[in-house]
Amino acid sequence: MSSTAVDTGKPARDAPYQGPLLEVRDLHVEFKTRDGLVKAVNGVNYSVSAGETLAVLGESGSGKSVTAQAIMGILDMPPARIPQGEIRYRGQDMLTMDKESRRKIRGQKIAMIFQDALSSLNPVLTVGFQLGEMFRAHHGTSRKEAKAKAIELMDRVRIPAAKERVGDYPHQFSGGMRQRIMIAMALALEPDLIIADEPTTALDVTVQAQVMDLLAELQAEYHMGLILITHDLGVVADVADKIAVMYAGRIVETAPVHDLYARPAHPYTRGLLDSIPRLDQKGQELYAIKGLPPNLLRIPPGCAFNPRCPRAQDICRQEVPKLFQVTGPDGAELTGRQSACFFWKETLDDA
Amino acid sequence: MGSYVLRRVLQMIPVFFGATLLIFLMVYTLPGDPIAAMYGDKAADPATVANLRHKFYLDQPVWKQYLHYMGNVLTLDFGTSFTGRPVSEIMADAFPVTIRLALVAFFFEIVIGLTLGLVSGLKRGSIGDTLVLVLTLVVISIPVFVLGYIAQTVFAINLGWVTATVQDSTDITQLILPGLVLASLSLAYVARLTRTSLGENLRADYIRTATAKGLPRRTIVGRHLLRNSLIPVVTFLGTDLGALMGGAIVTEGIFNIQGVGNILYKAINQKEGPTVVGVVTILVIVYLVASLVVDLLYAVLDPRIRYA
Ligand SMILES: Nc1ncnc2c1ncn2[C@@H]1O[C@H](COP(=O)(O)OP(=O)(O)OP(=O)(O)O)[C@@H](O)[C@H]1O
Ligand code: SF4
Ligand SMILES: [Mg+2]
Repeated sequence: MSSTAVDTGKPARDAPYQGPLLEVRDLHVEFKTRDGLVKAVNGVNYSVSAGETLAVLGESGSGKSVTAQAIMGILDMPPARIPQGEIRYRGQDMLTMDKESRRKIRGQKIAMIFQDALSSLNPVLTVGFQLGEMFRAHHGTSRKEAKAKAIELMDRVRIPAAKERVGDYPHQFSGGMRQRIMIAMALALEPDLIIADEPTTALDVTVQAQVMDLLAELQAEYHMGLILITHDLGVVADVADKIAVMYAGRIVETAPVHDLYARPAHPYTRGLLDSIPRLDQKGQELYAIKGLPPNLLRIPPGCAFNPRCPRAQDICRQEVPKLFQVTGPDGAELTGRQSACFFWKETLDDA
Repeated sequence: MGSYVLRRVLQMIPVFFGATLLIFLMVYTLPGDPIAAMYGDKAADPATVANLRHKFYLDQPVWKQYLHYMGNVLTLDFGTSFTGRPVSEIMADAFPVTIRLALVAFFFEIVIGLTLGLVSGLKRGSIGDTLVLVLTLVVISIPVFVLGYIAQTVFAINLGWVTATVQDSTDITQLILPGLVLASLSLAYVARLTRTSLGENLRADYIRTATAKGLPRRTIVGRHLLRNSLIPVVTFLGTDLGALMGGAIVTEGIFNIQGVGNILYKAINQKEGPTVVGVVTILVIVYLVASLVVDLLYAVLDPRIRYA
């Protein structure tokens, strides 16, 4: 996963760059609120390469969406502030870029799909117009041509009778079709990276799989990077290459997807996996991580997870665990495996 | 859409008759005798009075008077005022004056109200925003007649920029000051409504999407934000134009403008039934049409609204 475009057939536009598409380093985001400083993101590190899918997991409020919005540059600042960190797109830190260069990346190089397509689409503009707008804004395409491209896109995401429906408004589509339109919009300029923030959560269970399959299929076809934010651990296993687990605004564990499922190296991940209902354990009481996610105004000292952790020791209440490199029994580094737990080894061995 | 309009027009009929009946009853059951009022302190000849009473149908029961009146109205005959002038003629003089004044006021309402609203709504928390909030609050809390007299004193009497009263209502420049006074309250509402609406929509998900699409800021504001934010403002403006047409008793009084508000005020004072009922009948129609237009406009602006 080193090169970006070699195996896609796409022209190698920015040829010399060899690193990952996107790299988030020690990102911090805080919100100034009436009650105080909400520390929503407290040192996130992750990276995505072309063609790779990174799933971001974590309880509600763990900072998944805020991180994504920081990458897109769509946080309202103020109240948001980024006191620290880097977000590198093809090696270039977007946080220090001028506004105009940043805008050109948005939508064109990095696109985002939101959870609620109904509220995320403009209610008074036709879907064709909103799709065509991508071409008009970034490529200066004429209105007529943009409409033709919009129809093409709608066909691409398999919306039936695209030609007839291009002039319809968002509320005239079903939830699944609307989310397809969101996907089409993100896909319009064939970006390098798509961030999908719970793209199927708002949908009927029956259409969730269809939409997810479509997204995965298009990602493979265009060889894009994909950051998939989700609660659905089942979906993750099917489509993701690697996983980042977030807790209280930090990445607490990263791992290739199957390693993580087989042997989690962090007690929080362990708790998440244990709380999935499993067929072979029918009838047993479902496990739930005890306690509540931390108040982001007062994150507990030491490891943020310590009040809820079954393994917590004194050190956990005093020191913040860094992201440790996870090693195998022979002491060899396990590629891509990191855990922010003092007792990752014990947790790993328990699995 | 067509059948909706038809249904709305049909619904207007009972509203129209109800409203006119109500005003008719109010005027005709007022205490005091309009014929006696015509003569003031002079003693009237009883035979002439009886004659006049008969001529104006005043010797009939109220319901007969109403039916007779409405019958005439349907043939566009609004009767004659007690002074002998046909009511339709009085109205034909007054309405153009009021319409001109209303349009001048409406122009200020849109231009100034929207500008202030946009300035404060797009730059929340700025000095301009605070200024607009204070200014509109002042305007809203001061009664129009106080504002009117202050404006008249300052601009006409102290500064001498304009004449204190309107001499010729066809001269638009003379209508600027009364127009501003008349528009002041609505203008303040428009500014605040625009500001609030912009604030709500700025936080909306679809604006976040527009930003994430990498659209330039002017496109986000001009195309996505404004279209949505102005929907409530436009509907307010539509309703308000109807209200402005209703004449401005206070403003017309201060600036001595011979418009609808003025004749209505005089007619009520003199218990001049035919004129009051005539004017109000027209106003009821104006309001009904204005509200229908607003509803239709709403459907045009917001595709989610569908009338069938
Ligand atoms: N504009 C804001 N002002 C103040 N706090 C905010 C703001 N936006 C987000 N937050 C806080 O940041 C924290 C992280 O929010 P975020 O939306 O990233 O959570 P999430 O992991 O996406 O959760 P979910 O699964 O519910 O979507 C939340 O606790 C939230 O209260
Ligand atoms: S560091 Fe301590 S408290 Fe935190 S997850 Fe590991 S064991 Fe639990
Ligand atoms: Mg979220």
